[in-house]
Amino acid sequence: MDILELTAVELSEKIRGGEIRVRDAVEAVFERIDGTEKELNCYVTLEKEKALARAEEVQAKIDAGELTGPLAGVPMAIKDNLCTEGTLTTCSSKILENFVPTYSAEAVRNLEKAGVVIIGKTNMDEFAMGSTTETSYFGATKNPRDPGHVPGGSSGGSAAAVAAGECFAALGSDTGGSIRQPASYCGVVGMKPTYGTVSRYGLIAYGSSLDQIGPLTKDVRDCATVLEAIASHDAKDSTSLERDDLDFTSALTEDVKGMKIGIPRDYFREGLDPEVKQAVLSAAKVLEERGAVVEQFDLSLVEYAIPTYYTIAAAEASSNLERFDGIKYGFRAEEDSLHPMYKKTRSQGFGPEVKRRIMLGSFVLSSGYYDAYYIKALKVKALIKEAFDRAFEKYDVILAPVAPTTAPKLGDSLSDPMKMYLADIYTISVNLAGLPAISVPCAADEKGLPIGLQIIGACFQEKKIIRAAYTFEQSRKQEDRIHG
Amino acid sequence: MANVIDDETIEYVGILAKLDLSPEEREAAKKDMGRMLDYIDKLAELDTEGVEPMSHIFPVQNVFREDVVTNGDDSANILKNAPGCKDNMFRVPKTFA
Amino acid sequence: MAKEYETVIGLEVHVELATKTKIFCGCSTAFGGASNTHTCPVCTGMPGSLPVLNRQVVEYALAVGLALNCDITRTCKFDRKNYFYPDNPQNYQISQLYLPICRNGYVEIETEETDEKGAPVLKKVGIHEIHMEEDAGKLIHDEWEDCSLVDYNRSGVPLIEIVSEPDMRSAREVIQYLEKLRMIIQYLGASDCKLQEGSMRADVNLSVREVGAKEYGVRTEMKNLNSFRAISHAIEGERARQIDLLESGEKVLQETRRWDDNKETSYPMRSKEDAQDYRYFPDPDLAPVHISEEWIQAVRDRQPELRDEKRRRYAAEYDIPAYDIDIITGSKRMADLFEAAVAMGTPPKKVSNWLMGETLRLLKERNMDPEDLRISPEHFSKLIELNEKKAITNTVAKEVFEILFDSDIDPEEYVKEKGLMTVNDEGALRKTVEEVIAANPQSVADYRAGKEKAIGFLVGQTMKAMKGKADPAGVNALLKELLAKE
Repeated sequence: MDILELTAVELSEKIRGGEIRVRDAVEAVFERIDGTEKELNCYVTLEKEKALARAEEVQAKIDAGELTGPLAGVPMAIKDNLCTEGTLTTCSSKILENFVPTYSAEAVRNLEKAGVVIIGKTNMDEFAMGSTTETSYFGATKNPRDPGHVPGGSSGGSAAAVAAGECFAALGSDTGGSIRQPASYCGVVGMKPTYGTVSRYGLIAYGSSLDQIGPLTKDVRDCATVLEAIASHDAKDSTSLERDDLDFTSALTEDVKGMKIGIPRDYFREGLDPEVKQAVLSAAKVLEERGAVVEQFDLSLVEYAIPTYYTIAAAEASSNLERFDGIKYGFRAEEDSLHPMYKKTRSQGFGPEVKRRIMLGSFVLSSGYYDAYYIKALKVKALIKEAFDRAFEKYDVILAPVAPTTAPKLGDSLSDPMKMYLADIYTISVNLAGLPAISVPCAADEKGLPIGLQIIGACFQEKKIIRAAYTFEQSRKQEDRIHG
Repeated sequence: MANVIDDETIEYVGILAKLDLSPEEREAAKKDMGRMLDYIDKLAELDTEGVEPMSHIFPVQNVFREDVVTNGDDSANILKNAPGCKDNMFRVPKTFA
Repeated sequence: MAKEYETVIGLEVHVELATKTKIFCGCSTAFGGASNTHTCPVCTGMPGSLPVLNRQVVEYALAVGLALNCDITRTCKFDRKNYFYPDNPQNYQISQLYLPICRNGYVEIETEETDEKGAPVLKKVGIHEIHMEEDAGKLIHDEWEDCSLVDYNRSGVPLIEIVSEPDMRSAREVIQYLEKLRMIIQYLGASDCKLQEGSMRADVNLSVREVGAKEYGVRTEMKNLNSFRAISHAIEGERARQIDLLESGEKVLQETRRWDDNKETSYPMRSKEDAQDYRYFPDPDLAPVHISEEWIQAVRDRQPELRDEKRRRYAAEYDIPAYDIDIITGSKRMADLFEAAVAMGTPPKKVSNWLMGETLRLLKERNMDPEDLRISPEHFSKLIELNEKKAITNTVAKEVFEILFDSDIDPEEYVKEKGLMTVNDEGALRKTVEEVIAANPQSVADYRAGKEKAIGFLVGQTMKAMKGKADPAGVNALLKELLAKE
């Protein structure tokens, strides 16, 4: 039996059943890492010693019957913008190159309570700003499906690590598509829950009103299971919601009969790669065959989502990143006087994309521009939310592409930032409206690169998404078995 | 390009953001910011008269903690990552003239 | 003829609230801890940390707003004020700009004019707004290394900022206004409002204009004013500076100036790096605060009797002089002590005398604020009672009071333990008086020669020998009796 072929849930079952030792799972992962990591660069930090020690601890608790949950003993990776006590947390930035938090993010603590073994911190676009994982201070991550291509971003390290078997599941964060898009590019499942479902405490903020933590996994069952483990109401996060419907795994049923699915026509116009378009429409057919009612509709305002998003995200980021000043933690450029120290530290510590967004954000908030740019964007955000609200009066879920194309070649995106921003068109409105959405693999293009299907739900309707995604995934498996 | 960002603006934003850009970065920043603002100007097409600006997605209100001391002395941890410290304080370049 | 100028003053007053914990985290607000021992990831701006609002801060801000006759903003929000400085760990301060908790209030101050009945004419000073915000940390200059050191113990301590309208015209009015604010806030228990310790801080916005002019002049903002004296001097100085500028045809620049109390002068604070463009925007990490009618009513119902009401009530209920009432109600602490002692059955007049006499004397001697009084009403009443029933003499009472003042001991136990009860033993007293007479022949002779005053010295000597435990009137009588005999 190849341990690495198992899903997280399957692995934990075998561990709890005594077939596999936690240590064996951790060692299998590190063996894979030894083989592939040099080329892929999924991780900023690996904690082999700690993971092996933790494996023993978890094993003892499993043996003693203290850990019985579905993730007990599973080796997982954490995006490097989530604080981990005692383990370097860099946000893939020079400015945090030496930052070792003394506390863990609430989502990480929840995983630890579930008996997960954390093996390392994954690479990302610097401060989650980017869509390719190429803006990392620690070098780009490569797509395991084709190392000449990017894995997507910003949670590219997490997606690539799951796809490459360098972990069984991972956490990412999604501000404008940063979980769903790399999941799509790497052929794994990635989900962003409703804003407020997972505590942001310990997540190093990019755009606070948009950021959510979520899972990147091998399949939909793992996805629901990890989400169930990390979701919680946290008194330390004022935007954390109290929900009593966090039993996401209960939605893992093959049943979409009568489910109303909307397909926004405005998502299928110019700019969308024909192969991606075909893949998404075929996926809709599959669900239709399973009893769903599929209908096309006009969502509207699609072209306004990107300028709205970049205004809000850049504004919040410019403020959130002010704390990186060389005084309390991280990199400091030595200077005798204060303001030159600030400027030198930040100019040397941040990369070009981060500086670009800080400059833009500072500008749109500055005196004389606040109303015209920032307030205007918040108003359009309200309109976009309304457009989704209207759609969800008619549909249970919305089906959409994740990205206009499959994974671009390494180096193709950074030369033109505007072009990179435009590729976020199908994912960012979800963040603006606080909605849950999943990316499930649905096909491959002719180069063999994966294509993801995005399923978007109304706020708090993760279960509908999971049900649709699970049904689709199972149908695709059966299809593969038949046509294999 | 409708939005022309001049040197003065870049200098000013640099002071606000505490960023010192090299001459090349400065030119790139002028171009990038101008292009982004042109793009953002698209929002002006939309009539948002009477629309309430939405900063929070959910109408959650009154999230409070009670006035109870929960934290003890954590100064060793707080200072652990400091690039400079002295006498249990963060050391910074002088701020007094 | 020289032009006449009017001074126009508005105040921004910061008040540290008396909460146990900081505004956004569970760290203590206690003074005096070793540096950075009252800190956590939230109040030091650690990556990933998030603020959660302390309910009590809203309660106090509401109470102050209602007492200052403000409109309450039903849904108020927090905004980030962005600026880089090391005492500000996130490099943004969480404050309120767009929707502050209170607006449109006023306080009444007494002017120097009087009405036909001779009562001072009242003047309303408008309150523009009150907002909640967090305090900054403390910067200490290290001479040895020529660097600065940051202590975040004060970072995140809750403040309210009370912004007045430009309604004041003189230093006297400013002091009146501040005294009034201080009294109201102390009475509410929302803060101890000590200027010297920085729990109340005032920034002065000042402009001048020709008398009769409609438009305001260009104003400056003066910071670092740590006493009423500094405020008065800064107002006089700034008024003169601005008039000088205008008289010599120059312009007043709108700027922030720092008052140097030692040099009694101010200088501009601004540098190129302080753009003063704070890029305020709503803090996405904090939920709006909704204040319902019920909440407002509940705060109103809990509102204590404020000073003006108390003054009126004391005048009606107690037979004590108006001056005493003013002093006693001038401190919430003292008024509380007074009322509690009276409630225990101690005569108001006696309590008042002790407060006006020994208490004020010791406060002055110890350089203390009345708010720092630690005497418990039980012990205070007991001491007065012991003295009244002549169980202890006045001298002993004063001596014991001093100890009570410093460490709130039980006076009865103390007096017993130290054997300070008045000596009623006739024989012992007579023996001491005889000894004093024998030891001071000169004074005895003086007395007998008609120098009545000499007896005072002999009483003193006897009291000293009795360690104060005798009744001075009795000593006096006994001395006279014995001196007459021979």
